[in-house]
Amino acid sequence: MDDEEIIKEFLIESAEGLTRLDGEIVELEKRPNDPKLLGSIFRAVHSIKGACGFLGFSNLERVTHVAENLLSQLRNGERSLSTALTSLILETTDAIKMELASIESTMHESGETHDDLRQRLELVCNETNAVRKTPEAVAKLQEADGKPTAALAGEPVSVEMIQVAVIPPAMPEPIENIVASPPATQEASIHADKAASDKGASIADSTIRVDVDQLDKVMNLVGELVLARNQILQFTTRQDDAALNATAQRLNLITTQLQEGVMKTRMQPIGVIWNKLPRVVRDLATACGKQIELDMDGAETELDKSIIESIKDPLTHIVRNCCDHGIELPADRLRNGKVAHGRLSLRAYHEGGKVNIEIGDDGHGIDVARVKRKALEKGLLRQEQVDQLSEREAANLVFLPGFSTAEKVTNISGRGVGMDVVKTNIEKIGGIVDLVSQAGRGTTIKIKIPLTLAIIPGLVIASGGERFIIPQASLLELVRLEGEAVDKQIERIHDTPVYRRRGVLLPVAYLNKVLKLPEDGGENEVLNIVVLQAEDRQFGLVVDAIHDTQEIVVKPLGKQLKGLPSFAGATIMGDGGVALILDVMGIGRLSGVLSELRDHARLENAKSENAHQNTQTVLLFRAGMHERLAVPLSLVARLEEFPHERIEHGCGELVVQYRDQILQLIPLSSILENQVPTLSAFADPVQVIVFAEEDRMVGLIVDQIVDIHSESIRIARKSDRAGIVGSAVVDGKVTDFLDLPAILRKSGAGWGNESLRHESAVLVVDSASFSRGVIRNYLELAGHNVLEAAGQEDALEKLGSNAIEAVVISNNLPAHGAQQLVEHVRHLPELCGLEVVVVCDTRQEIAAMPASSREVYLEKFDRAGLIESLEHLSRAPEEEKVYEIVKDLVGSAK
Amino acid sequence: MSDLNREVLYNGNDGNGTAISRQYATFHVGGLFFAIEVLRVQEVLRYIEMTHVPLAPDVIKGLINLRGQIVTAIDMRRRLGMPKRCDEQTPMNMVVRSDDGAVSLLVDEIGDVLDLPHDTYELVPDNLPAEQRAMIKGIYKLDGRLLLVLDADRALET
Repeated sequence: MDDEEIIKEFLIESAEGLTRLDGEIVELEKRPNDPKLLGSIFRAVHSIKGACGFLGFSNLERVTHVAENLLSQLRNGERSLSTALTSLILETTDAIKMELASIESTMHESGETHDDLRQRLELVCNETNAVRKTPEAVAKLQEADGKPTAALAGEPVSVEMIQVAVIPPAMPEPIENIVASPPATQEASIHADKAASDKGASIADSTIRVDVDQLDKVMNLVGELVLARNQILQFTTRQDDAALNATAQRLNLITTQLQEGVMKTRMQPIGVIWNKLPRVVRDLATACGKQIELDMDGAETELDKSIIESIKDPLTHIVRNCCDHGIELPADRLRNGKVAHGRLSLRAYHEGGKVNIEIGDDGHGIDVARVKRKALEKGLLRQEQVDQLSEREAANLVFLPGFSTAEKVTNISGRGVGMDVVKTNIEKIGGIVDLVSQAGRGTTIKIKIPLTLAIIPGLVIASGGERFIIPQASLLELVRLEGEAVDKQIERIHDTPVYRRRGVLLPVAYLNKVLKLPEDGGENEVLNIVVLQAEDRQFGLVVDAIHDTQEIVVKPLGKQLKGLPSFAGATIMGDGGVALILDVMGIGRLSGVLSELRDHARLENAKSENAHQNTQTVLLFRAGMHERLAVPLSLVARLEEFPHERIEHGCGELVVQYRDQILQLIPLSSILENQVPTLSAFADPVQVIVFAEEDRMVGLIVDQIVDIHSESIRIARKSDRAGIVGSAVVDGKVTDFLDLPAILRKSGAGWGNESLRHESAVLVVDSASFSRGVIRNYLELAGHNVLEAAGQEDALEKLGSNAIEAVVISNNLPAHGAQQLVEHVRHLPELCGLEVVVVCDTRQEIAAMPASSREVYLEKFDRAGLIESLEHLSRAPEEEKVYEIVKDLVGSAK
Repeated sequence: MSDLNREVLYNGNDGNGTAISRQYATFHVGGLFFAIEVLRVQEVLRYIEMTHVPLAPDVIKGLINLRGQIVTAIDMRRRLGMPKRCDEQTPMNMVVRSDDGAVSLLVDEIGDVLDLPHDTYELVPDNLPAEQRAMIKGIYKLDGRLLLVLDADRALET
């Protein structure tokens, strides 16, 4: 065996010892008298010294020799550890690392003599009358403790290695420790510690070093085996031979287990990265003058080696950031009523097929105002965009490229290239990063990474005549729309199709369009939508056909194709053909559905997560002189365009033949401005909003459809103008709300009138006139007469003097007015036999209401539910039933 | 076998072991005659069904399954800026080694392996179109025609 190989072996062993050493020394600072720690540290330095002597690295040997003496004194209790001493020892390990690096690249020492360091070490050694061990005793210790440095493996090995099972030689209680060991090997390590002299031998027996390249080859072969198995399964499903099928099933089972087993070999505990962090944190804390405690939980969580490589740097950077920017100086902390030392906690755990890593500090959190200012200053966002951000989105701005709010750029956390690089690196391996911060309390960064990269379950789809795979991990739901639903449920604004999925607007992209594939031009009978998740956003992808799910082996694309954002790789299908794997994030970005923060904000609103505010979804449009008009989207059936030539005149009105009906068209601007309607005043084709109620339809001609918006209606003002209910602020601008029934009446549409089938009325009680107007719209369109009351007394007065069949009461009448009114109505003899329908703001409010068999609770804006509950009335108008409906529309009247 | 031995086998030597000629795999594209060092060629295949890659550069014809490996296929006609192949012609695959794995070059026809002496090797003439010149390392003057030596690495860049 030649020198080079011996040196390589020495480097590997020393490297292992050194990684533990840093962590152990920092731990030692907390437990200075722990004999096991001292012993372990001593032995590590001692082994290195011995090998250096053997290999002729004299500079290194001299330094480690003095260090060893010092450690020996510590071990014997002749000296006690101080912060300065710890720093000195750490400096020594740095010097050792430097030399080892030099040896690795040049096979020689760096040439530096480290005289200064050596002298300082010697100084400390000689400080008191420390009795040094005689060389004999030292030799005895050597025998008993040291791993025989002369026992080197005979195989040539590459310097980059992983140990299949990690066994820390001197730590019998791995749980609290920084270096983790998988449970199976804990026994081995406990035994190993007891039999100190046998240590070397038993470790060598239960683990084996394997070349990473070799493991990769095995992984590849297993991947090929999976593909071959898939093919065999395809063939056997067509055969009837039972014996063949049974054998194929066995093959299937064995392959799956083999796959799992091999993947496990590549798994390393995340502790491998974490054991470096105590040193990092300690150095940073000392440098900044802060006190920081590090808690680590879940160091035994295992990850694939390649993932560990990818997240090493991001994690270190985040930790540095927390120490540098997150945790405050002790004086500041005390001033704010916190304990002087800050706490940095790391957590790792498996969940839902992913590895979750959380890094949290209890520092001062992210200064959202400052972040927003910086974003504006750097021109990364415009003012309107900044205003619309939620707290969380604003905090996440730190991930934008080019961002750094550090007033002083320190060499610790860099100059603003940090967090966005972190995010990119994590996204590269298919993970996501999120940031949650509370001002004054702290910040937590959460990372989610998929467990494996190589073999994943995928959904096979077809589009544009080709096959593609969508990774199951990104898949949320499959939606199939048939026939009429195809048109009804995909709404379009400008060119953006959206699909309303359980009340939430989902932007939709067409895969054929995104990939520029040939489109199937005919009328779509069936639409297949795949609902996908990218990061924390969702969108729908329309594909031609959905096939089945399969386990596929991800093969990377060649470098000519790596740059394509739409594909994450390729695989070989059961029939031997190649299929491309879609990169969900890439497709989302390419199609434009995932581009902006603002879109996200809009969707968030539509989800009504801010449950205390009432959000309405409105359609915004322009007609004549009215620049901004709005109508609740729930009233809108469709948006259409008709060329002038399709529009005809019937009964003196504009009509168009539409879906087997004659649709009356009302030119809105003409009505609002009291002009005679002429078709030529409108562009060709005309923009029409179609309203429908059951089988009645009417179309409103407008100048331009502007947008769909979801927002809580905050400021509202009633209008005296005919045709306008009132004005409210929508999307930052004043918008007029259309009084649709009034318009219909005025235009003589005949819709509102003929359907008035009730003699009595519904009373709407709400202190906000605007919301009264909106509910009135709902009810009038459904054919009810409506009376309004502004408060309790008004309501009671009207109840006494009018024939009223139902009452709609807003839950936010002052001084529990709503409840009192309910009570009152129930006690009145002429209004007995009440059936109460309660409509509340949020589900929580509904849940909080007292349970009663006579009351039905609905949610706000449940226009359909409201109309339905009032349907009872119209069936039996002669009965004097009073239905009570408590409804909360606009939370403004308190 | 070690690289040293390979060199000796594939390159003609004079008695002293100095290389005097070299072996090339040849092929035809668009009427031109090309050569590539035989050591770079992994194998030669007839046409295999390909999977088209949407949004990929024009030069990339598709992906093929070569015994379980996914190999990118580059259309040499497009690469060299020549007119498209007419439909009846099916191209052949010349699979070439690269650091990134195997890449297949789609050519009109595969030629023989030729052993060419160094002294007929010349530099690239100036009257070749720029696109082609960038990928040609040199030429050999054979009787009646020119053999253009392809720079494999450049050809694989897109």
